[in-house]
Amino acid sequence: MPREVREVVFVDGVRTPFGKAGGMYAETRADDLVIRCIRELLRRNPQLPPERVEEVAIAATTQIGDQGLTIGRTAALLSGLPKTVPGYAIDRMCAGAMTAVTTVAGGIAMGQMDIAIAGGVEHMGRHPMGEGVDPNPRILAEKLVDPSALVMGSTAENLHDRLPGITKERVDAYGLASQEKTAKAYANGKLQPDLVTVATRNADEGWGLATADEAPRETSMEKLGSLKTPFRPHGKVTAGNAAGLNDGATAALLADEATARELGLPVAMRLVSYGFVGVEPEIMGYGPIPSTEKALRLAGLTIDDIGLFELNEAFAVQVLAFLDHYGIADDDPRVNPWGGAIAVGHPLASSGVRLMTQLARHFAEHPEVRYGLTAMCIGIGMGGTVIWENPAWEGK
Amino acid sequence: MIENPNEVVTKALVRLVPVPGLDRRAALITLDNGFDHKKPNSFGPAGLASLDAAITSALDADPAFVAITGKPYIFCVGADITGMPLITSRDQAVELGALGHRVFARLKDSTVPTFAFINGAALGGGLEVALHCHYRTVSGGAAALGLPEVAIGLIPGWGGSQLLPNLIGAPGAAQVILQNPLTQKVLRPKQAAELGVADVLLEPADFLERSLEWAAGVVKGEVQVTRPEVDKDMWDGVLFFAKQQLDERLHGAVPSANKALELLALAKEASFADGTAAETEALADLIMGDESRASLYAFDLVQRRAKRPVGAPGKELARKVTKVGVVGAGLMASQLALLFARRLQVPVVLTDLDQTRVDKGVDYVRGQIDKLASKGRLGEGDAAKLRGLVTGSVDKSVFADADFVIEAVFENLDLKKQVWAELEKIVSPEAVLATNTSSLPVSAMAADLEHPERVVGFHFFNPVAVLPLLEIVRGERTDDATLATAFAVGKELRKSCVLVKDAPAFVVNRLLTRFTSEVFAAIDAGTPLETVNTALDPLGLPMRPIQLLQLVGPAVGMHVGQTLHKAFPDRYGDSPNLRKIVDAGLPLIVDDEINPAVVELIDAGSAPLTGDQVREKALDALADEIRIMLDEGVVAEAQDIDLCMILGAGWPFHLGGVTPYLDRSGTAERVTGKRFLPRGVASLRP
Repeated sequence: MPREVREVVFVDGVRTPFGKAGGMYAETRADDLVIRCIRELLRRNPQLPPERVEEVAIAATTQIGDQGLTIGRTAALLSGLPKTVPGYAIDRMCAGAMTAVTTVAGGIAMGQMDIAIAGGVEHMGRHPMGEGVDPNPRILAEKLVDPSALVMGSTAENLHDRLPGITKERVDAYGLASQEKTAKAYANGKLQPDLVTVATRNADEGWGLATADEAPRETSMEKLGSLKTPFRPHGKVTAGNAAGLNDGATAALLADEATARELGLPVAMRLVSYGFVGVEPEIMGYGPIPSTEKALRLAGLTIDDIGLFELNEAFAVQVLAFLDHYGIADDDPRVNPWGGAIAVGHPLASSGVRLMTQLARHFAEHPEVRYGLTAMCIGIGMGGTVIWENPAWEGK
Repeated sequence: MIENPNEVVTKALVRLVPVPGLDRRAALITLDNGFDHKKPNSFGPAGLASLDAAITSALDADPAFVAITGKPYIFCVGADITGMPLITSRDQAVELGALGHRVFARLKDSTVPTFAFINGAALGGGLEVALHCHYRTVSGGAAALGLPEVAIGLIPGWGGSQLLPNLIGAPGAAQVILQNPLTQKVLRPKQAAELGVADVLLEPADFLERSLEWAAGVVKGEVQVTRPEVDKDMWDGVLFFAKQQLDERLHGAVPSANKALELLALAKEASFADGTAAETEALADLIMGDESRASLYAFDLVQRRAKRPVGAPGKELARKVTKVGVVGAGLMASQLALLFARRLQVPVVLTDLDQTRVDKGVDYVRGQIDKLASKGRLGEGDAAKLRGLVTGSVDKSVFADADFVIEAVFENLDLKKQVWAELEKIVSPEAVLATNTSSLPVSAMAADLEHPERVVGFHFFNPVAVLPLLEIVRGERTDDATLATAFAVGKELRKSCVLVKDAPAFVVNRLLTRFTSEVFAAIDAGTPLETVNTALDPLGLPMRPIQLLQLVGPAVGMHVGQTLHKAFPDRYGDSPNLRKIVDAGLPLIVDDEINPAVVELIDAGSAPLTGDQVREKALDALADEIRIMLDEGVVAEAQDIDLCMILGAGWPFHLGGVTPYLDRSGTAERVTGKRFLPRGVASLRP
């Protein structure tokens, strides 16, 4: 049976404000966070009949408790989607939501579905990293992987070892810039449109409403220089040049382009290519470099064709490794124009869609840009990259 | 200052929250008593003081708006009624009313817009605080909304009687304030929104977020709230009609209903200040009246005592019931089969003498399942499961693996003994054998069995699916495990179980029959039927005596009467006129009137009584019989008698069931030499 590959578009994306673990979402369920996103997506796009959604893929790294029970399916039901809408849970650690997007995109491109919701959630307060893990003893016995590979902060220190040009000062400066860019974006109302409010409850204070990220803070090079290096004595990785432990959720609508146009849904980005690649687990932060090479190769593009970058800032060192590799300046304005995870936070499996939603907003503001890229490093040594085309591109 | 040392204080927590689109923050007040939804929020004096302080700090913050909401699943279910019995003077009662009025009025009078986000159950004072707010949202997940005060002998006394009719009109207000409480109904969120009690109905999943968004829209003028104008022309007519309906049912016997009607009438023209002042007075009068104390006592019996039956053995002794047998496939048996299958979700098998009867019984059950499914009261999956659970057989060996067998065969001791004797050869020695007898002795039924300790009485009230009472009868030899199993099953059937001794006709039938016996004695003496029938109107009973006998069926009534006559010939008569009526097979009531043919039939004596005399005799007889039953230990306490009369005979809260009324009318002391309940239990404290 001959088939055609169809264009996959990113219609719209939203996220909850990201909280600090133990902070404003301490008494909020993880599934409720992602349900709120799904409901808001549907409300923002009333022209989409809910029964036309054909898949709900939700990522979570720790799939137990309120992040378990096949969260894509249960979140679909609890969001009020028709019972005919299926769903599943998906995991690729930090790139969970990114993988949810690329996976449903594959189905859409192949013509097996027209419209899907993809997203992620991580409540690191309720589910601390490593909860319930049971690593195979062979990992140690056969020295398959360096034991430090399971501690993300240690992999970042390892990356510093390999790349001595990335100094403590450079990563701190990068961290400070991320905070400053985010503060400016908030002041200019750039981030707010992506956010869905979340009712929060605290037994002592009553109900509240989360309307902004909890993690961003004012800082300085001096303050950053004084922070502890928890992963290694006299190391370089601190809470100031890395993303924190966060709670949050994201969701996005993906569609076959023709279907989107037929229903009158906005077309914010067109998927060009993607790549996931494995690297040595003990330097997992290196991952986005080969995954980007792969995505560029598949797209027939070079790094010079990319006008905007949304890079996940798990660690400043891993972003700088990427920028150095591709010869991009630390403060290049094309990179994370509104700051990144170091400021707003990184609720693991949810972050991929935040990058995309934010890139979509940049595209709308930058019709001169044709291609953009979202990329992130992934635990156990992987990188993931998705390249997008700007439908608002006005041509040369 | 009034206070309740035992008050579970519902705190009003204030938080200033940013709301997208607004420059200033909103003040969000959360009502929360610190417990989960099983102990709902309520307002006592300390709770009101907390709300007062919260409103002050909310307004001090100069917010964009003030909103009030509840803890998960519960908004607020009203005044803290545990404090009511502590009120011993009218001044205190006035203070309670005035305190609520003063605090709530701050939300109404506020120049800052006020909102209620009704996220969960909102009853009584809870709904009243919401009514004081300028706008209301309601969650589709809220369990209930209503103003049920009249049912417990009070009135909506914190503004509800004045605000609601002026918000939704007199017909809706009469429904919410009078009709619903007297028929134990509440509003569902959708109804509340349709009636105009709330301005907008929002889905529960993101109720608070959407409510805040909606409120911001209202404040910004982007959301227009339109409410239909209240029609004042029909006001008087509606209330006149409502009064007629009430009088027809209650004959003026429920002071709270009368007061509520007066307040609704006042609400048409009175200023809010005058209206609420009248509310305070009315509330104080009612709080200081015995009817409200009896009602609160009755409410407590139904809410608490009914859930923890006195004298029931520990539930850990109960045996598991995985299959139920029903002997007989007649109407009662079929109704029981459906009830057991529906509630226990285990196989239920019916047996009868021939296949035709068995088929008829099973068909009846399936038909009822279909009916429930078509009305949407059973999901298709549940209906399919139930259809599979209920089967029938002519061969009693199907009972071999049943853990609980109930018989509903004809009321004849020898027949029932024969049934059990036959069954005992089939079932395990531990299977519980329950009899649904209404008047036969359970001990005698068990006497000749090899294992009499597993026989228990299970006396339902008709219609079994509706009436909540189950009298569980302990025979002389019934053991604790059997009894515990019976109570566990009763609870699963969602019945309120009362433990009764194996005494003739147990509680409800014994009392109602004594009552009826006096009524027929009056008829036999020559009192006109009409006089007899209306003699008890001042009590506000759910049914007049002749109507009740018609419902029970004259033949059944006579059968129970004769059983009791045999047991207690001095106290229970055997009316020749009742026998005549039964023999003639005539209906007692035709077109809501006493059947003239029955009047014709009666062989009247020459010493007619007045209505007052009939009533006095009937009540005296009740007091006498209750005292004897308590002395005999038929039930543990007078409270159980009241619970039985409320749940099994529908006797009203304002009488407290029956003994509070017999106490307050002086009947108990006059007839039996002492009260049934100490002062203060179901009456004002001395």
